[in-house]
Amino acid sequence: MNHEELDASLDSFGDALASATRVTPGNALRPEDIAVAGAKPSDEVAQYALHLGDDALILAQRLSHWISRAPEIEEDIALGNIALDVLGHARSFLTYAGLAWDKTEDDLAYWREEEEFTSLQIVEQPNGHFGVTIMRQLIVSIYQHLLYSRLLESADETIAAICAKAVKEVDYHRDHAIAWTIRLGQGTEESAEKMRHALEILWPYTGEMFQDEELHSELGDVAVLPSSLREAWDAEITSVFAEAGLEIPKSGLAMAHGRAGEHSEHMGYILAEMQVLARKHPGASW
Amino acid sequence: MAPTTPQEPGLSAVPSYEEQQSQARFDALINDDSRVEPRDWMPEPYRKTLTRQVSQHAHSEIIGMQPEANWITRAPSLKRKSILMAKVQDEAGHGLYLYSAAETLGTDRDELNDQLLTGRAKYSSIFNYPARTWADMGAIGWLVDGAAIANQVPLCRASYGPYGRAMVRICKEESFHQRQGFEILLSLSRGTEAQKKMAQEAINRFYEPSLMMFGPPDDQSPNSAQSMAWKIKRFSNDELRQRFVGMIEEQVKVLGMTLPDPDLHFDEEKKQWIHKDLNWDEFMNVIKGNGPANAQRLEHRRKAHREGAWVREAATAYAAKQEQSEVA
Amino acid sequence: MSQKSNWPLWEVFVRSSRGLSHVHAGSLHAPDKEMALRNARDLYTRRNEGISLWVVLSTDIITSDPDSKDAFFESPQGKDYRHATYYKASEGVKHL
Repeated sequence: MNHEELDASLDSFGDALASATRVTPGNALRPEDIAVAGAKPSDEVAQYALHLGDDALILAQRLSHWISRAPEIEEDIALGNIALDVLGHARSFLTYAGLAWDKTEDDLAYWREEEEFTSLQIVEQPNGHFGVTIMRQLIVSIYQHLLYSRLLESADETIAAICAKAVKEVDYHRDHAIAWTIRLGQGTEESAEKMRHALEILWPYTGEMFQDEELHSELGDVAVLPSSLREAWDAEITSVFAEAGLEIPKSGLAMAHGRAGEHSEHMGYILAEMQVLARKHPGASW
Repeated sequence: MAPTTPQEPGLSAVPSYEEQQSQARFDALINDDSRVEPRDWMPEPYRKTLTRQVSQHAHSEIIGMQPEANWITRAPSLKRKSILMAKVQDEAGHGLYLYSAAETLGTDRDELNDQLLTGRAKYSSIFNYPARTWADMGAIGWLVDGAAIANQVPLCRASYGPYGRAMVRICKEESFHQRQGFEILLSLSRGTEAQKKMAQEAINRFYEPSLMMFGPPDDQSPNSAQSMAWKIKRFSNDELRQRFVGMIEEQVKVLGMTLPDPDLHFDEEKKQWIHKDLNWDEFMNVIKGNGPANAQRLEHRRKAHREGAWVREAATAYAAKQEQSEVA
Repeated sequence: MSQKSNWPLWEVFVRSSRGLSHVHAGSLHAPDKEMALRNARDLYTRRNEGISLWVVLSTDIITSDPDSKDAFFESPQGKDYRHATYYKASEGVKHL
């Protein structure tokens, strides 16, 4: 390589190299497309999209903390991919919800107060050690996979379209969580104990996931009744536990109502961290 | 090729006939601009130099995740959060591509990791500066990745095949890293007074360290000549620094910002950029481990490794059990 | 507590699109074959680079010895009659 070649390579760096091999973003529904093309949802549909979006947003915020802290660098990348997928779902749902109220995804993420967030309490539970995060992933990704699969038939086209992309991604998240649950459950005595502990502290928050709200019945075939997911979820998670040597704990279910804006003590810190910079500069664009 | 009979003391410095033949084949590969591949014979100093360079490069990617990961949870918009997360994740990937190349030289990843965690290995000293504000995400992308790219583009032609191939892959993926950094600064430069101030301060802090990323001046860089003769390096530290400073001098105008180097100019007679004297004492001090964030960066890595031990062990134990049951 | 991971090294091969062979992309560490495949997906196909993946334990690959390269690869050298360009007399004849 001589000097001219170096200059040429550096000049055209961004374009030439990027197009030199088959590296593409793929064709998928992006939040930007929804903002442009999405039909304005009704208040109720927007509220439902907000539920789905908030679950994904808070989960992504939790997962993103793992990057640079995972047990092995390969796993930094795996958790990073999952966090990115989930953040993508959040952006799509929030963008769509915002259309009803002339708000952007960022208005909704950064400028709502804690009691306005409608996420389930399971997603705000702390990462804990790797086993706790995997258990939370198992619980949530099986749930989201069932939910999004059913929402492919939603009477609301945009929700169905968002789920069409999301369902394939959460299918992989589920696969990832199952693979790790089995390995940690069956690995060493220490890892099995850690997984039993993780299950015990997270299980109480699974009850809320299946509570029906008035909104769900109002929306009819736009939404899925959470209670209708219970049986399939139980069956699937029980079969994973069987393979991992884990048992459903005897502990009861917590009174939790994140959908109504009632959150655990963790939520305030999550939002403080997420919103601090944006709120320091009202009206700024980034 | 290892001698089959013990050599007499005093004779060990004389290469055997086989060694001379191997050396000649190696020299021919280098002269022909061909590539050396993993199982080829290579002189020990070549293997050592490359192992050191490639693993340092890998460590830099891995440690380099931290200053940016520090801002993922606070990114001021969801789009920026996605971009930053993808970028930091890419850095983990680049670290792995490079470890993969380093391993082909005969040192396994556990050993390389151990060298990093025990402080025996070095990494790019720029990552020992803290990322204090959001604007640092811009300055790191534009200046630090920009300098890294100027370094890396010629490395795509490095004489060691696996290193060159890893660099090709990395360069392709990094094409977005510098741009996203520049665009962060561009948004800030068009924003509020507070945002502009934040951007200028970040540029001020990262300018000098980014110029020092190319390494000491040529007359103080003892290993450079050998690396160039082996065609690992293709351009000298100063040559690359010159190119870089010329590029950013143009680009900073688009931002409407300034470089903290009022006397920076192109000397038409000498045909070179004259920039401020760089603080090489500080550079050496940071390399020695006394930078603002050295201790924090290493402890972050050690903690992740320590806390992940039970997970790695469990996976290994599970794999062993599976293997046993497959055999049974 | 062991600080080493002891996860074996796997080589990764990626098929970038239908009609093309799998090409060596690099390596990674994983505790077992299922995780190796997942890690390969996450590491080597983040930008739509692949539609199919192979992973194989590094230690399972048998390679030719570069030191005996001359003996191993000498035979085809000079056998230019194996190539169409060797046959000059038929140049210009259509469909041949």
